[in-house]
Amino acid sequence: MNKPQKSTPAASSKAAPKPSNTAAAGAIPNDDGFLELHYSMLRVRRVEERLLQVFSEGKIPGFIHVSIGQEAVATGVCSCLTPADTIFTTHRGHGHTLAKGMELKPFMAEIYGRANGACHGNSGSMHVASSEAGVGGANGIVGAGLPISLGSAFASAFKGEDSVTAVFFGDGASNQGTFHESMNLAALWNLPLIFVCENNGWAQFTSQKSYMKIDSIARRAEGYGMPGVTVDGDDVLQVREGMRAAVARARAGNGPTLLECKTYRWFGHYAGDPQKYRPANDLEQTRKVDCIANFEKFLIGSGLADRGQLDAVDAGLRAEIDEAIAHAEAAPAAPRGQFLNDVYA
Amino acid sequence: MKETRYIKAINEALHEEMARDETVFIIGEDVGAPGGAFGGTRGLLQAFGERRVRDTPISESAIVGLALGAAMKGLRPVVEIMFADFLPVCMDQIVNQIAKTRFMFGGQFTAPLVIRAPGGAGLNAGPQHSQSLEAWFAHIPGLKVVMPATPADAKGLLKSAIRDDDPVLFLEHKALYATSGAIPEEEYLVPIGKADVRRTGRDVTIVTASRMVYQTLEAAETLAGQGTDAEVIDLRSLTPLDKDAIFKSVEKTSRLVIAHEAVKSFGIGAEIAAMISEEMIDVLDAPIARVGAPFSPVPFSQEGDYLPNASDIVRAVEKVMTY
Repeated sequence: MNKPQKSTPAASSKAAPKPSNTAAAGAIPNDDGFLELHYSMLRVRRVEERLLQVFSEGKIPGFIHVSIGQEAVATGVCSCLTPADTIFTTHRGHGHTLAKGMELKPFMAEIYGRANGACHGNSGSMHVASSEAGVGGANGIVGAGLPISLGSAFASAFKGEDSVTAVFFGDGASNQGTFHESMNLAALWNLPLIFVCENNGWAQFTSQKSYMKIDSIARRAEGYGMPGVTVDGDDVLQVREGMRAAVARARAGNGPTLLECKTYRWFGHYAGDPQKYRPANDLEQTRKVDCIANFEKFLIGSGLADRGQLDAVDAGLRAEIDEAIAHAEAAPAAPRGQFLNDVYA
Repeated sequence: MKETRYIKAINEALHEEMARDETVFIIGEDVGAPGGAFGGTRGLLQAFGERRVRDTPISESAIVGLALGAAMKGLRPVVEIMFADFLPVCMDQIVNQIAKTRFMFGGQFTAPLVIRAPGGAGLNAGPQHSQSLEAWFAHIPGLKVVMPATPADAKGLLKSAIRDDDPVLFLEHKALYATSGAIPEEEYLVPIGKADVRRTGRDVTIVTASRMVYQTLEAAETLAGQGTDAEVIDLRSLTPLDKDAIFKSVEKTSRLVIAHEAVKSFGIGAEIAAMISEEMIDVLDAPIARVGAPFSPVPFSQEGDYLPNASDIVRAVEKVMTY
């Protein structure tokens, strides 16, 4: 797969320093939450790396979908949200969920199917949710979170609150009817909703160019009467900039935005996917773009952090993850028949 | 008591619950100024304004999904889907999302919403506007399914549904909309999950719901003339199912007929028959009989031939009584 073509960056004003090789080597930028962004991205990656490991060891039932390589999207988007804001996510939702602030222990225990998991072990990786952190749930049905997110945004407006909702979905979901219905209704009612299309170029086993005529999903926004913006989803600052503008617009009561973040899927659709459908060299090409490595280069290059500091962050994360894994592994399995406690009819 | 039409009883329930609870809102196609395709939401826009009475595009998945998201945030949406036949258009949102919300999220989120939809035949509306799909939904854990037969039940059950903390599919019968019945003047609720014995009898139990309640009562009168005393149970709710009411009656009569308008195959009659067979076959004096529509889409021009009627029920009971 070729590198997705980049369209105009999100916001034209106040261009943030680029965490890329071309970042201005001159002035040291002010730290605008950069270290938090780094922490959040690295945390998602380390968690998912560990999930892949324990999954391959047979410790997690079912199957998992990781978002490794796409961390800048989760982080950039969620960095603009408060706990009062809500996100809805997808089957590939670990990153979004963690970046939004879900605690690691109930998250991990749920993926392990334990009694003390966030969802009582009823759900696993694909439906992790946290009412506390404003995570209205990952979803196993492609495109199904979109209509639900309308209601969350509607409730904010109905109650006169300035909270906003962000809904993550993939490029594949943009061909579901729910996408089109939801875009239309959100625009029509000026809902405080941000449609975040995490375009990783793959709809499960099928590449974007083989299932849609246009390259940029953001172009579809115009058909519904809302702004559509494409950003480099591997550049956390571009994502954040695009999201900031979208959130400001939504909070001001000016309605929804479609924010398309172009990124790459480093792994298969699911953990263990042999990916025979992927062209030769595609994976290698894909992994040349590493949002975290690029951002670290930027941080070090601009004097905002040194290698030692970043390594210490990494070590801290690994310790936190070890603890969460140990917590999950030590927890009792959901007791026999517990699932019936959550059934009312 | 006052004589009220079924559709007016529904409309009264909506008015009362919206006045009582600020979080209740109405959403659906043509529910605003037009007052709904059948008049169920008439006057609500004038009484409560556009904020709480929302006309939508023709986008059933968006409508129902929106209701779910709003319910997860503490509102109490009442959705109108114009015909029950359109529920399949938004089936994912109902079956995979709404029904599973409390379960899938371990109780962190709930879905206190109501979906009203008229089902049933009788208006020559053809194959895509006449179906009785209740068994599909009763088969899904996580949905309460209600089917009122009378104006009084329509009002009382709808008020209960709106106050329920879990999702309720409220299946009205469009051929009943214009029928009248007595309803209390004062405020009242009808509990979800409780059947009603419409007629007491000692010889045979006939379990039914919605419009077939009337065909069954008619059949019971005919049977009474023949010396057979039928007990008629109106389920009112399919889920939760009032097993106690059915079991108690069958214990008394030892004979069971189930009558419904939906196609007989794989219907609620099959479920109830199986339940009785599994749990109390010893009390039966005769095989269980089912009355339902033939395994065919609802025909436009031959509804009379298609729909099960009082004579079909009489015949089924007569057969059961030969044992």
